[in-house]
Amino acid sequence: MKKITNPENLEILRNSLIKQENPSMTCISVCLGTGCQASGSKDIIESLKQEIEKQKLSEKIKIKSTGCHGFCERGPIVVIRPRGIFYQKVKPEDIAEIINRTILKGEIIDSLLYVEPSTGKKVIYEHEVPFYKKQNRIIFGSNGSIDPTNIEDYIRIEGYSALSRTILKMSPEEIIEEVKRSGLRGRGGGGFPTGVKWESCRNAHGEPKYILCNADEGDPGAFMDRSLLEGNPHSILEGMIIGAYAIGSNEGYIYVRMEYPLAVERLKIAIAQAEEYGLLGKNILGLGFDFTIKINRGAGAFVCGEETALILSIEGKRGDPRQRPPYPAQKGLFGKPTNINNVETWANVPLIINRGAEWYSKIGTAESKGTKIFSLVGKINNTGLIEVPMGMTLREIIYDIGGGIPGGKKFKAVQTGGPSGGCIPEEFIDLPVDYDELTKVGSMMGSGGMIVMDENTCMVDIAKYFLTFLADESCGKCVPCREGVFRMLEIVTDITEGKGKEEDIPLLEELSKTIVDTSLCALGGTAPNPVISTIKYFRSEYEAHIKEKRCPAGVCKALICYEILADKCTGCGACLKACPQEAISGEKKKVHTITQEKCIKCGICMDTCRFEAIEVK
Amino acid sequence: MLRSDPIKVKEILKHYKYEQSSLIHILQDIQVEYRYLPKETMLFVARELKIPLSRIYSVANFYNAFSLKPKGKHLISVCLGTACHVRGGKRIAEEAERILSIKSGETTPDLEFTLETVNCLGACALGPVVVVDGHYYGQMTSLKMKKLLSSSKGGRGNGKNEKDNKS
Repeated sequence: MKKITNPENLEILRNSLIKQENPSMTCISVCLGTGCQASGSKDIIESLKQEIEKQKLSEKIKIKSTGCHGFCERGPIVVIRPRGIFYQKVKPEDIAEIINRTILKGEIIDSLLYVEPSTGKKVIYEHEVPFYKKQNRIIFGSNGSIDPTNIEDYIRIEGYSALSRTILKMSPEEIIEEVKRSGLRGRGGGGFPTGVKWESCRNAHGEPKYILCNADEGDPGAFMDRSLLEGNPHSILEGMIIGAYAIGSNEGYIYVRMEYPLAVERLKIAIAQAEEYGLLGKNILGLGFDFTIKINRGAGAFVCGEETALILSIEGKRGDPRQRPPYPAQKGLFGKPTNINNVETWANVPLIINRGAEWYSKIGTAESKGTKIFSLVGKINNTGLIEVPMGMTLREIIYDIGGGIPGGKKFKAVQTGGPSGGCIPEEFIDLPVDYDELTKVGSMMGSGGMIVMDENTCMVDIAKYFLTFLADESCGKCVPCREGVFRMLEIVTDITEGKGKEEDIPLLEELSKTIVDTSLCALGGTAPNPVISTIKYFRSEYEAHIKEKRCPAGVCKALICYEILADKCTGCGACLKACPQEAISGEKKKVHTITQEKCIKCGICMDTCRFEAIEVK
Repeated sequence: MLRSDPIKVKEILKHYKYEQSSLIHILQDIQVEYRYLPKETMLFVARELKIPLSRIYSVANFYNAFSLKPKGKHLISVCLGTACHVRGGKRIAEEAERILSIKSGETTPDLEFTLETVNCLGACALGPVVVVDGHYYGQMTSLKMKKLLSSSKGGRGNGKNEKDNKS
């Protein structure tokens, strides 16, 4: 491929790519996102290739490996276009049948269709699957139809047209104005207006200026940035190049967390291709603008998602956050003005330029514009990634898209905002989700993790979980966070072990206030949030642990015991064999019993039992 | 145990043009090469990059990616992200500890297995998730963990259905 040396040639290439694409040709898209790969989608592609070769159909059928489709629960996912037939949980042995029946004869294979759990209805087409129906996938939608390792796929669907338009026709000030008017706010959690951030970096004194992409998606339970990086890396690069042009920077970095090797690989390919096509590097599109992007792999520290820590980490140092101001826009990487945005924020930029700020600002609520990608996980039927307009209610998200709670269990809470966020109880199920509404109920947007919890989730245990996480990830620089979080963890641990005292709750509240008020960075400043919100909404659970020495959800080990139900036990002996402690005894075909003194409460007996004869008390 | 080889470390340093700001990259590559950061390599890097050893040590200590003790041939990571936690990830980790007779963060005495818990692998929809040498295993139970580890212990560190899931 020769370098594209001017914007017209980019359009010529795009038009020829569109022409080459035969819309009636059968295209089988196989999801190669991390979730589907773990469910075996690479084997699906291999089998497809073999079968197509065997039947000599390569002229008629195209195979496309795409990024994440979002519906990870049902992987591996295969979509047959142009009809849009949606097959889920596909196995390599299904491939021959797919080719012979669906492709060659046009028949639908019933057993591979998605079945709506509530109605038992089978769904044939992708756009009719309830999981997708209510979504508005303007950022994430291309993931399912493009090959992330092929830049031409991205160019074909308008890719890099926003870049060429901005450099050719817009001044940096006009771009910043457009982004400001769109109402785009940072998707990393803080929700700061992106255009304002850009402007302050553009106006800052000092050269050179740097552009950073924060891909250190550390919030546990959030993986939308990963799927964007893996599924549509060029949209992020294009956003960064536009931002760089608007701010006046020639050098950018993407800081990716080490747990995402596939994202790094896809980014490397994307950067190399963009350079080869003249869309990145020196004299972009022959328009006299230079911009390079380097990748920095993180080394496993949650605090490096904090911007000042991230900057130090890129400089090769410990990621200890520092006091702000000065903000990175004034004094950032190597002491120079620096603009940091998160992955999803960057991916929004080309869309705003292409469709216009006016169009964009019509989506969402008064103060939160556009869509947001959430990872809907935990105790929910349809787990995966969803993209919805800001302002959709939790009820719509959890029940209409998520399909409700599995096993007929009762919904208890949804946790948003990662370790800085809080747990939102059922009374707020009709809350419209945007930055400000989430903050009002004591949680926050964060990067978009939504972890659904049911009646079997213990809220004190959740508080302990986040405190353990934060005590582990605290960098140790300031005392309130280093010591305070640790003391809170000790207190909450005591409560979960039946050693809690009545004065513990007010003590936790007091400690929380001090830590919020006096910590150096956002990690410490928000660390008590999971405790504050669980005490606020689930005080009775704390009290049950403290006063009655009881864990109502049946989670905290010291307060529970496993028992065998005599009326359900068949005496099959499966639990007896599985128990690592030899704590279960009983004769074959007679009711078994657990010797509590030997039991370590590992729960293996419960996992093993096929008759639901083991209960937690 | 692998012995450190100054030629290898020199190659790594050369690749990063002896830049002080590439310290984390350099240590990451050394970690991949030796599965830990041998003391003599840190001394060597300090001398070559003209960075005080104390600073290299503080970086090595700060990031979870680095280990000052040799890690095992096979790395088992049990995810304890929130989504995995609410679906019982901790029980999976405890089962692995029992089977391997080590605690999380430790390595078996024969240097075959290192067990670690991680804060989120970003495969939340499949939780609880376990990764063995780069292969993802979703919807784990203690029973599946037992099977996975017994096949790993007998074989080459891979369980069933792994083939080419490397990610």
